[in-house]
Amino acid sequence: MSEAGAAAAHDAHAEHHELGFIRTYIFSTDHKMIGRQFLFASILMLIVGGLLAMMIRWELAWPETAVPFTSWISEPFMYPADEDSAVGAVEGLSEYVDPYPGANFAKSLGSVGGAHMDPAFYNSVFTMHATIMIFFVVMPFMVGGFGNYLIPLMIGAGDMAFPVLNMLSFWTAVPATIMIVYSFFVEGGAAAGGWTMYATLSADPTLSGVDTGADLWVISLLILGVSSLMGAINYITTVVNMRAPGMTWFRMPLVIWSLFVTAILLLLALPVLTAALGMLLFDRTMGTSFFMPGGGGEPILWQHLFWFFGHPEVYILVLPAMGVTSDILSTFSRKPIFGYKAMAFSMMALAFLSWIVWGHHMFVSGMNPVLGTAFMLTTMVIAVPSAIKTFNWLGTLWGGNIRFTSPMLFALGFVSNFVIGGLSGIYMASTPVDIFIHDTYFIVAHFHYVVAGIIFGMFAALYYWFPKIFGRMMNETLGKVHFALTYIFFNCAFFPMHFLGVGGHMRRIYNPLQYEFLHDMQWWNVFITMSAFCLGLSQLIFFVNFIWSLIAGKKADKNPWEANTLEWTAPSPPGHGNFETTPTVYRGPYEYSSPLVQEDWLPQDRKLGPEAVTASQ
Amino acid sequence: MPRGSAVAAGPPDSQPSTHETTEALVAVPGYGGGPPPPSIPRPPVSNARMGMLMLIGAETMFFAGLIGAYVVFRFGSPVWPSGHLYLPVGITWVNTAFLLFSCYTMWRAIRCIQADQQQPFVRWLAVTALLGSVFLGVQGFEWVRLVHDGLTISAGMYGATFYTLIGCHGLHVLAAVLWLGIVLVQARRGKFSPQHLIGVEICGMYWYYVGAVWVVLFPLVYLN
Repeated sequence: MSEAGAAAAHDAHAEHHELGFIRTYIFSTDHKMIGRQFLFASILMLIVGGLLAMMIRWELAWPETAVPFTSWISEPFMYPADEDSAVGAVEGLSEYVDPYPGANFAKSLGSVGGAHMDPAFYNSVFTMHATIMIFFVVMPFMVGGFGNYLIPLMIGAGDMAFPVLNMLSFWTAVPATIMIVYSFFVEGGAAAGGWTMYATLSADPTLSGVDTGADLWVISLLILGVSSLMGAINYITTVVNMRAPGMTWFRMPLVIWSLFVTAILLLLALPVLTAALGMLLFDRTMGTSFFMPGGGGEPILWQHLFWFFGHPEVYILVLPAMGVTSDILSTFSRKPIFGYKAMAFSMMALAFLSWIVWGHHMFVSGMNPVLGTAFMLTTMVIAVPSAIKTFNWLGTLWGGNIRFTSPMLFALGFVSNFVIGGLSGIYMASTPVDIFIHDTYFIVAHFHYVVAGIIFGMFAALYYWFPKIFGRMMNETLGKVHFALTYIFFNCAFFPMHFLGVGGHMRRIYNPLQYEFLHDMQWWNVFITMSAFCLGLSQLIFFVNFIWSLIAGKKADKNPWEANTLEWTAPSPPGHGNFETTPTVYRGPYEYSSPLVQEDWLPQDRKLGPEAVTASQ
Repeated sequence: MPRGSAVAAGPPDSQPSTHETTEALVAVPGYGGGPPPPSIPRPPVSNARMGMLMLIGAETMFFAGLIGAYVVFRFGSPVWPSGHLYLPVGITWVNTAFLLFSCYTMWRAIRCIQADQQQPFVRWLAVTALLGSVFLGVQGFEWVRLVHDGLTISAGMYGATFYTLIGCHGLHVLAAVLWLGIVLVQARRGKFSPQHLIGVEICGMYWYYVGAVWVVLFPLVYLN
């Protein structure tokens, strides 16, 4: 087996040199190249989604004033303002709140290429912000990028089970991505029904005023569903069938467990969305009325189908970040993960529970209250596996030799934000509380702590595996500065949203000043917006570090972090076929500080002889 | 040397000593030294079969979504016309028999190639493809008649659910027939043998699945 594997790897390696530019860099079937393609595509989309967030924040802090740098956007969406009208709009705000916080800042910046945002376009902006961040940033980054890159390397395989399917998975995601971006430029603009696209708003083009844009949104997600399906089939088959000799299920790194469970969720959840999207598309284009009560349809059915997919989707987003965090915490605490099996089983429990809790998104939809109570109970149970994970992470840190590297810092940041997001989730799960805070900024705070908090997991993964993926180290100092600023401004931006939400600030509103009871809290909106801008600017440090390290970073060794898992036994970056010889696995992935060896790490593929035991005495 | 986890990794009395052999360490939980378990030369379910099972799982969720919607509308509506009122139930019974018989012929084809009987293999495959095409043809013919009679997709919930559900199944049959067409061409060129029949087998799995979905849809939509 290992000889055959080595020969195959060698053949593949030889073949590599004959591949042309197109087969190597564009239509590559190598999981590492496909992973990098997903990675770069999602980073590009992260910039788009982030800039949309900045527009939302400006509008909320200084409503109906000129948004800077947007005069290039065409007329029905943004209306260019000259300097006088830009300043005048900000001065008009003092009618509501006097003195208005940040007025001077808004005056001086708003006159730089400023333009007024059309309220309907604001709807498109927040809809597309969420859609892009969920489907085109987090999913392709964690599942597409790191899923592809890590699964074969960490289980000791030469490539995925179906390399061509893998390539097709990326190249079906590309038209979906182009379509979603292109939808901004069609007549009527991009989809404006919120990322959840609730019917009837989404089912009848006349209601949201967006016709082609919303059709493109639906078709784009249908295509993306096919891409994810191919990815999921590939991941599951690879993990089940392609593990190296000795790599038993419970010797797999937790990040592989998380990606495996994620792939199962993807496989079974996305087809339900596909069915719902198909019906929505028929409603929009073929004259059916599945979700239109006028024709005998059922708007609540859309919510049921959407959230039956949507709640597993939350775990599709967060599980890989949890897996990454588990690996990184163990590596940099120089300790085995606390409760390895409990960690694996709690991920399975989360995945199972995610199928029976969707109704907690619908407490105020008019659903039967008895059903609401059932969903409340199942939702509360989620706290159990979540708490198992959190306490095991803390147990891993306890008494460890913690190395505060940038990936470690980001992993710690993920854990702490996840705790806040998880706890605010319990408020939302309780029906009586949810009825009060439903669709306020409290929920916006909650899901940003969980879903936007995933960006800490994403950065942790990128800083940790960057040496393996690109063969160079990232700058540690810049990484730590990036972490500190991101962590501070993330919390400054999202924590006050809890206060706004409890104060009654609605989600998805264009101008909070329309409501007199929100005037007193408007300075929180300005504070959040300022923090969000700083959060956005802090990412420039990351981009500088990322690009500079790609070109001129210090060359990385095979195993710069002194970690145990198999990818660190391959060269940095690994060649085509990954391993020089198929590795044999002798132990679990977290044997740090083992008394059997001199060093404080013990790689999974290292064979120990009696002399190692002697040396450890 | 950092030993932060020495205590966490296992009970203190399991610390290995010099006179122990390496094999003894296998028994020490958490340290995990020693030889690996024997590698499995061939996984119990091959990659292709596994991938097809995954696809079938995903398709099942897709149809579950559509059937769920159908059930909501049908049992939530105060009036729901009987299938006999609109749909050609009699001819669809015959059509159902065609589709189910095609599953049998598919099974026969796979049995033949397992026994390396090339001629009957190709013949049974051709019969299967023909039966699948007949099923599609009859469905298409009936649809034209239904639309002509005024049952369109936009005519109400009855038409909308009927065409969506049955249409999605029809598309799956179409995909299966096209795939079988490719397999048939390969079979005529003698590509398959008892050792190399995975291409036929996974096509067969999909074929059976499409038949099985029909067994659920036919009573649900047509018979009531």
